[in-house]
Amino acid sequence: MADIIITAQSQEKAGNLIVNALIKAGVRTALLIDSAGNVLANCGHEQQQIDIDAISLAALAAASLAATSQIAKLIGEDDFSLLFHKGKSGNIHFGRIGEELILITIFGDDVSLGLIRCRVAELSDGLAQIFEG
Amino acid sequence: MALIDLSKKEVHCKVVYYGPGRCGKTTNLLYIHKAMDEKDRGKMLTIDTKGDRTLFFDLLPLNLGKISGFDIRIQLYTVPGQVMYEATRRLVLKGVDGLVYVADPLMVRRERNIEGLEDLRRNLEKHNVKLENMPLVLQYNKRDLCDTPIPTLTVEQLEQDLNSQLKTVYYEAVATTGIGVFETLTEITKRTVRHVAEKHLLTKI
Repeated sequence: MADIIITAQSQEKAGNLIVNALIKAGVRTALLIDSAGNVLANCGHEQQQIDIDAISLAALAAASLAATSQIAKLIGEDDFSLLFHKGKSGNIHFGRIGEELILITIFGDDVSLGLIRCRVAELSDGLAQIFEG
Repeated sequence: MALIDLSKKEVHCKVVYYGPGRCGKTTNLLYIHKAMDEKDRGKMLTIDTKGDRTLFFDLLPLNLGKISGFDIRIQLYTVPGQVMYEATRRLVLKGVDGLVYVADPLMVRRERNIEGLEDLRRNLEKHNVKLENMPLVLQYNKRDLCDTPIPTLTVEQLEQDLNSQLKTVYYEAVATTGIGVFETLTEITKRTVRHVAEKHLLTKI
């Protein structure tokens, strides 16, 4: 697992992609993390970003996805393609980006899960290209 | 795997406290959490069972000031020590940059200490990492028990069991009262940051 180096340019590129595809579609917060639990990019409305403990969220999300992947293997699957939790007013979607990255999307009931899945899939190649080359 | 953010001038490293069950890994983190100023540390995250045993991991993020203009941010993790949680330990080790191996001095835990180190070696290999190539500090914890009638291992015995090949630095500690806790943390931080910095030729620290 190689170290990740973020430059101002890569951060801006990733930020623009995420904002255009997700934040403008009504997503509250989108966090791009690596599978070790580091935060690469944190996009969203300012107040939402302050309210969320991004470091804890990243560590738990990375661990949760790793555990889910192991559960998949136990039942003979490579991985589960969808990891999504539904709350009363907030929902969270986890999407794999390339080999090592994870995109966490937090959104309300005004945004459909289908749209999120579609947009995350569209973003996947672009984001992986920026950080994994 | 370290994260180097050149735009914010930050280096993020992951340090994992490893060791057999009940050796005091979480106690180390709790002491650091209690002793450090709130502005220099984040929230401590713990996933434990009802019996206070770590189920998945503990996490404590720290800001350790600047080195050569870079803000050093360290995330301390612990693993569950019980033998049955090997798969969980392997997950937590993903992307590790530095390791503290905490050993238990109780005579009855002698085998567990040795097995734990072997378990660490095996789990690192599954991530294609060699233990010898990682920054590593040993901590011989619970040294206060040596003054009680409970049979304990001497430092020489621990050195022979755990450090005869690795030949890394060790610290004696009493994590409940903080003895040796910050010495261990300072040393592993220095070694980890140096390792990451040299790897990326950021600077010679």
